[in-house]
Amino acid sequence: MKSIAAISALALMLGSAVPVLAQSSHVPEGTKLAANQTFTYWMQDDLKTLDPDLNTSKDGNDVLHQLFEGLYDQDAEGNLVPALATSFDVSDDKMTYTFHLREGAKWSNGDPVTAQDFVYAWQRLADPKTASDYAWYMELMQVQNAHAVIAGEKPVTDLGVKALDDMTLQVQLETPIPYFRQMLVNSSTFPVPQKVVEKFGSDWTKPENMVSNGAYNLKSWKIGESIELVKSDSYWDAANTTLTDLKFVPITDLNQALTRYEAGELDFVQTPAGQYPRLKDEYPDQAFAPPRSCSYSYIFNVGDSGPEALKDVRVRKALSYAIDRDIIVDKILKGGQKPAYSWTHWATAGFTMPETDYSKMTQAERMAKAKELLKEAGYGPDHPLKLRLMYNTSSDHKKLAIAVQQFWKPLGVEVTLENYEWKVYLEKQQQHDFDISRYGWCADYNEPSTYLDVLTSWSDQDVGEWKDPAYDALLKDSKTAADPQADYTKAEQILAEQMPLAPVYHYSLPMLLNSHIKGYPFENVELNWYAKNMYRTAN
Amino acid sequence: MVIDETKMTSLAEATSREDVAGRSLWADARRRFFRNKAAIFGLGLLIFVVSFALFGNLLAAWNNSDIDYNVMGDATASAPSLANGHYFGADDLGRDLFARTVQGTQISLLVGVIGTLIAVSVGTVYGAISGYFGGRVDGFMMRLVDILLAIPYMFVLILLLVMYGRSIGMLFVGVGLISWLEMARIVRGQTLTLKNREYVEAARAIGVPAPTIIRRHILPNLVGVVVVFATLLVPLMILTESFISFLGLGVQEPQTSLGALISEGAGTMSYGTLWQLAFPLFFFVITLFGFYFVGDGLRDALDPKER
Amino acid sequence: MIVYILKRLAIAIPTLLTLIIASFVLMHVAPGGPFTAERAVPPEVLANLNAKYGLDQPLWRQIATYLWNVVAHFDFGPSFTYKDRSVNDIIAQGFPVTLTYGFLSFITAVLVGVSLGVTAAIKRNSWLDYLAVGISIGAQVLPNFVMAPILVLIFTLSLHWLPGGGWSFDDPRFWIMPVIALSTSYMASIARITRSSMLETLSSNHIRTARAKGLPKRKIILRHALKPALLPVISYLGPAFVSMITGSVIVDVYFTTGGIGKSFVDSALNRDYAVMMGITILLGTLTILFNLVVDIIYGWIDPKIRY
Repeated sequence: MKSIAAISALALMLGSAVPVLAQSSHVPEGTKLAANQTFTYWMQDDLKTLDPDLNTSKDGNDVLHQLFEGLYDQDAEGNLVPALATSFDVSDDKMTYTFHLREGAKWSNGDPVTAQDFVYAWQRLADPKTASDYAWYMELMQVQNAHAVIAGEKPVTDLGVKALDDMTLQVQLETPIPYFRQMLVNSSTFPVPQKVVEKFGSDWTKPENMVSNGAYNLKSWKIGESIELVKSDSYWDAANTTLTDLKFVPITDLNQALTRYEAGELDFVQTPAGQYPRLKDEYPDQAFAPPRSCSYSYIFNVGDSGPEALKDVRVRKALSYAIDRDIIVDKILKGGQKPAYSWTHWATAGFTMPETDYSKMTQAERMAKAKELLKEAGYGPDHPLKLRLMYNTSSDHKKLAIAVQQFWKPLGVEVTLENYEWKVYLEKQQQHDFDISRYGWCADYNEPSTYLDVLTSWSDQDVGEWKDPAYDALLKDSKTAADPQADYTKAEQILAEQMPLAPVYHYSLPMLLNSHIKGYPFENVELNWYAKNMYRTAN
Repeated sequence: MVIDETKMTSLAEATSREDVAGRSLWADARRRFFRNKAAIFGLGLLIFVVSFALFGNLLAAWNNSDIDYNVMGDATASAPSLANGHYFGADDLGRDLFARTVQGTQISLLVGVIGTLIAVSVGTVYGAISGYFGGRVDGFMMRLVDILLAIPYMFVLILLLVMYGRSIGMLFVGVGLISWLEMARIVRGQTLTLKNREYVEAARAIGVPAPTIIRRHILPNLVGVVVVFATLLVPLMILTESFISFLGLGVQEPQTSLGALISEGAGTMSYGTLWQLAFPLFFFVITLFGFYFVGDGLRDALDPKER
Repeated sequence: MIVYILKRLAIAIPTLLTLIIASFVLMHVAPGGPFTAERAVPPEVLANLNAKYGLDQPLWRQIATYLWNVVAHFDFGPSFTYKDRSVNDIIAQGFPVTLTYGFLSFITAVLVGVSLGVTAAIKRNSWLDYLAVGISIGAQVLPNFVMAPILVLIFTLSLHWLPGGGWSFDDPRFWIMPVIALSTSYMASIARITRSSMLETLSSNHIRTARAKGLPKRKIILRHALKPALLPVISYLGPAFVSMITGSVIVDVYFTTGGIGKSFVDSALNRDYAVMMGITILLGTLTILFNLVVDIIYGWIDPKIRY
């Protein structure tokens, strides 16, 4: 606390010594801005790439949102805001979108941003030669021929995206998905500068070569130490961009990150599990816990390689009921997470929580029911059920797994914990080599289908190999239904009945944010933030 | 954190000197050892730690994996207390730290001792064979040791644990294989001297087979150096294990080790739960002290010099 | 001498070969490929990835290509996880950082350790001696992942003197805590070794003679005692160097310096074969060179050594 106060005092002195900065439209009248418009942001891991077509991580998405600009941004509530697409037309069958691009938008080398840049980027993303881990995003967006292009069966030029002229981009879809435009916020859909990429190859993202079209340019990237961005003067809205210097610091251990925050070296940090209430007391004006659209669950392997017991729905239900979600949320995580009785995150746009029986019970009732169900299925203290629980290395996952192991003990379920590194964990999931596995999912866009599609029979995510025709039918119907929300609610009810996975909690992002940083989008469940809309106050 | 090889060589020479008759060497050494206050203190510490590891559970009110929901997630309630049976307090999840420290001490001692046994046996056998046969065999075996010495072992250990899962067996073997090279070099040097002794030559002349000579005449003369080396190696193994635990590659939950407990406790040091660091660290430190003092004491006892 | 150096260098080649081949095989039979991602990668994409990194070739061929690129072009290839960085880029960025604080730590450990040890030996059994011995024992048992957060607590959170992490070549304040965290335990070992070998030297015949001749004490120590007393210290430096490289992992992880220690751990976790190999080879080479330098210094100080 002391150090933060000291720094703000310093900033105050500096602030009074220099002339007031130009006020942008994002800054309310009369705000006194700090002289140094810097923002230092914590990330869990260093980025693996700065190439929008290759990025796969949330942190990477955050950095790319500053460096580049796509068709749409989000405002502080998560609503779409025109970025490069100033307007659009959609055909009657909702399968053809025509975007009209912003005049005067420029790359940092002075070239205009054109529709061709989008076409190149999208084709590059889908091209198997690029070998992007996120190529499937084109498929998820239902862009015409995406599947065939990714599989190498058709040339990239067959992808359903074309430039009608420099300023007009047309996209052809295979299925009329209602949330198509929401998906364009993701950095995987951002344009890339063709000339630069072709000239430098994979070196194009090095600071000395990189050309981008966002509000910031890359200044330096020292792996494991920091990524620094500076304000771009060639950005079309540079006049309204207030923060001038951004720094991203990768610190894996949350406790260390917190120390660095308390030393005044970071403006943003996620708080370690269990520490949020204490920090909220200590820094009431800096601690926040906005919802974040991700769900945490334990998925059951009901496929051929899974244990016989888990094929019995009673066993799955018993295991799910016995998890004391309140303890997990209130005593372990303590950071504004919510106990989950649905797979879809509670704050997802338009989603209404379905009425499910177990969400209404008390934990004692659930426990009694769990014992009953397990007994019916033929297991109990005299015939113990032996299962393996797999999770990937992380202190939080470890804590939860230990707690769950204890929750299941009274049922007579003996659980062995298995802890693997991320890559091994993923491989074991994909090969269905587990009994029960921790399974998390973050929304790719703000709509329930991003969660529910995962469990359909056509999903590439058939981790637990659970399949249900009624569930599939609902999700298929939702793509064209006038009111997809009704389908989503019914689908959640099926999940509660069949319990292919046990939802555990819905994420929040418990964090500390320097009280001088304004404009962070707490209301946006995807927490997509844009530094160009933020500013640093002097006091 | 590395054993001083010069001293070990000097010790090896001292214990295999021809004029020192076996029995008087050990009798003298015992006398000297028990006159050494630091060594006795170290021995006391070790006895304390070992009994804590063996019998601590008899005192524990909880086991090492059960969660006490009354103190879970509550920093003040999980402080050390006699009333609720958490003598050392509880960890973040409300598990009893006393029981966990007992169990962690067991694992750390096991890793230290078994790792050392592996290192010492491999090293001794390798060194004795290389030294005894000499010539081209020796040349090849020692070149191999030179080659292996340049490998960053900790890195190989990390690779092994990351790639092949973290079984405790892998940990034993991993830490054991790091340290046998020095042992092999010292033993080989000693064997070279010993094999030219008259009684060894005599044995060879009457046709005693090589393995028997090594077993009967070479190895017994190496006992002193092996014991001292082993005692000094154990704390290094325990430190290695703690390093591995810091990287999150140690034993699987709900098992724990002192290193794992310390690294958890150190991470949350500034949150007012200092007992989570203090108790495991205390046992860690006295274990290492114990082994260092006893090891130094043994060495000084067997190789008395003005130090 | 030159023959000796050449011979040692000749050993380096099979050493590195062994290292490369062993790592290659180890990595390729391990579970969890470098391209395992959250969504199963389409087969076409996977085939392209494998082709891009040459993983579709038979193993012997991969090794041969790799060796050729390393030897002929000094090129460690592209990184598997950092999509737009090559291994050379990663090493070029991280290695200077590691080298800087590593070198500083090494110098600190030797200078402070030797001075502490010599002082303790000269003032034997004074409070200074006890203090020095106490510090050195304490520093040896405190793992550096406990020391690092304590340093941060003191120098960053309480005193606000030093930044809690990060790195800058221009600002020495960033260097201080990494150097303290890395050097302390080696400093302690060096102090202990120096002290005991100094004591031994001081009681040796030629020093007694020098004293009897009435030479000033200062001159005796600097001229006659220091050089032989340093021999055990020098032979300790090789192993200390290797173990310091390992310690750099903790420094990099804790202080986010951007050094290669962290890159190594990350590459192991991410199955980034290329970065793992690059760093392992680099550190192996460094170790060999360093041991060579130590041997040469040893020979220069101790004329008894024959090559």
